[in-house]
Amino acid sequence: MTLDTSPPATSETTTRRANGFAAVLRLREIPVTLALIALVTLTYMANPLFLSQQGVKDLLLNATIVIILSVGQAMVIVTRNVDLSIGSILGIVAFSTGTLFVTFPGIPIVLVFLAGMALGALLGSINGCLVTVAKVPSLVITLGTLYIYRGLNNAWAGGTQYFAGDRPDSFGALSVDTIAGFPVITLIAIVVVIIVAIFMASTRPGRDLYAIGSDPEAAKLFGIPVTRRVLLAFLSNGVLAGLAGVLYASRFNSVGATTGTGLEFDIIAAAVVGGVAIFGGSGTVIGAAIGALLLTTITSALTAIRVDKFWQQAIVGLLILAAIVIDRIARIRTAKKLRLSEARDV
Amino acid sequence: MFNPPTELLPTATNQSGTRTAAVPSVGGRTGIARILLSRDTVMIYALVAFVIYAALFIPRFASPVSTGFLLLDVIPALLIALPMTLVIITGEIDLSVASIAGLTSALMGVLWGAGLDIGPVLIISLIAGVLAGAFNGLLVAVLGLPSLAVTIGTLALFRGLALVVIGDNAVANFPPALTSFFTSKIGGTGIPTVMIGVILVAIIFGVVLHLTPFGRGLFALGYSKEAAIFVGIKVVRAKFWLYVASGSVSALAGIYWTLRYSSARSDNASGLELTVIAAVLLGGVSIFGGKGAIPGAIAGVLLIGTINFTLRLGRISDVVLIIVTGTLLIASVVAPSIFEGVTKWLHARRHRRTLPQASASGATRATASGVQERK
Repeated sequence: MTLDTSPPATSETTTRRANGFAAVLRLREIPVTLALIALVTLTYMANPLFLSQQGVKDLLLNATIVIILSVGQAMVIVTRNVDLSIGSILGIVAFSTGTLFVTFPGIPIVLVFLAGMALGALLGSINGCLVTVAKVPSLVITLGTLYIYRGLNNAWAGGTQYFAGDRPDSFGALSVDTIAGFPVITLIAIVVVIIVAIFMASTRPGRDLYAIGSDPEAAKLFGIPVTRRVLLAFLSNGVLAGLAGVLYASRFNSVGATTGTGLEFDIIAAAVVGGVAIFGGSGTVIGAAIGALLLTTITSALTAIRVDKFWQQAIVGLLILAAIVIDRIARIRTAKKLRLSEARDV
Repeated sequence: MFNPPTELLPTATNQSGTRTAAVPSVGGRTGIARILLSRDTVMIYALVAFVIYAALFIPRFASPVSTGFLLLDVIPALLIALPMTLVIITGEIDLSVASIAGLTSALMGVLWGAGLDIGPVLIISLIAGVLAGAFNGLLVAVLGLPSLAVTIGTLALFRGLALVVIGDNAVANFPPALTSFFTSKIGGTGIPTVMIGVILVAIIFGVVLHLTPFGRGLFALGYSKEAAIFVGIKVVRAKFWLYVASGSVSALAGIYWTLRYSSARSDNASGLELTVIAAVLLGGVSIFGGKGAIPGAIAGVLLIGTINFTLRLGRISDVVLIIVTGTLLIASVVAPSIFEGVTKWLHARRHRRTLPQASASGATRATASGVQERK
């Protein structure tokens, strides 16, 4: 069944064009971007070393893996689902990356990336299948797979740990070398953000994900293949978690049984701070990426201005709550505007 | 009328009153049969069966020492599972429980370290838990923000405050009389003395949920918030007090944790929220709200605790334990889904055979269309 989507799409673009500036101000990424700019500016004023070449490089390196994970998570959250198992997926993939390099010395790095992403895709699609086929909420299913994947990782790794020395120098160099000031793995993350952003903003399946998140029943009525699309979101999230796992092995010294434990709430928090509504249907992956950058930058900023490091997590918590409140206010204002414009049309 | 594809029985049966009667698994049984075959009773059978199996075949399981360690280990999860059951029944969630326990523990350590008497230390720590719960309640119930997102935020916030309070120090020199009381057993039974308190708390929550109008209101609230408002349930107030209860009991769990291990640290009980939620859902509480019972939730906690304990006794390494937890959780939610699909299919087939003109009755028509949608 193919339904024509063009009428709503064109009417949306014309209204956008009509008040372009106001639309920019209404973007959900605005608050988080402003917060990031303010944070960086204030920290820079207090301690200019914060934005030295090395400082910027560290900021970007710290953010890279979180950015990739939160972009994937944003795709899932937009469909009114959630994936709690990403930390465990990242752990398994990071450990398997270490294993690959040890078992097959001289294996091409590209192959390692592909293998990691394929493993991520497999684990992500298991989540997706369980959620869509068994029609059980994703919170429960991925809580289950969080344990199962972590348990498999534990059983496989046991006490084994692989260190950076086990991996070729050129692989580790990915998170040391820079191109135009950007570490290579950060460039990979930026490419990922751009690709996923284009997919979400301007392709049919991408828009379908928003439709599903706004109203699953309406999306089904409309003829959107809900099952396939939700599966796609989980699969993509798995691929990105796999990619993050490979990059983790490049960036950090050791990978083992506990790699990536407890990441899940940080990642969801990054997406929520970046304006992705927890109940789906709105928010962008660029917002999620900026949210991830903001949360990781806070840690460095606090160190730079010599605030007790123990405050960091409390501040992250407050930021998440602020993001939720801002989201609610924005929503109430939009609803009011909609009511007014509908009243006028009548 | 369309069933949202991701939603299970509770919403499906309650979008209209007529359909409740049409679903055989709910309306078909009455009285004793209904109690004996309900989801949480099945959980209790599973627990009993497993305990019998373990007592017969696992060496060293059936001894007072084992019972004691098993119960001492599950008490924090058992405590927090009680308010969590109520919160999930209303269709909300509280992910910040373990962080509240951690905050309480950190506060205890600092206050005790500062030289306060143990009495005020305990009271202030408990009050901190009450306030933390009230903060959640304010954001979720009063301001109406989504609880999943809010409590992810307070999960970070309260754990962060625990770090602010105690940093990476640990306080361990609690009064020996108190810490040994917390690990003491009743006579030779192996049952920890603290279990008396836990059972009291469980009875309070069980009575509130199952035997009071307030408790019935919570189920109504989980089924349909709008309907609950219409029938006069004070939704905001009910949810607010649930979060306060959740915070208070988490504080109790934090106090217990600190004294049982005689150690106050900022990372105490971290990750416990997922264990508790897994156990509660395993115990038959529906994540959509409106369905669940205290005995089932307790059975869920005890089943996971017992399985983990026996695996450890059987020298199966810790690493497999979490696979078991995860698999049980998924199986427990996927199985009813499949079971329900089969029941509906059988029901529809029976109806088609015995009642060819059944479409005259509104209830049956609704069921039939519900079945068609699922195909």
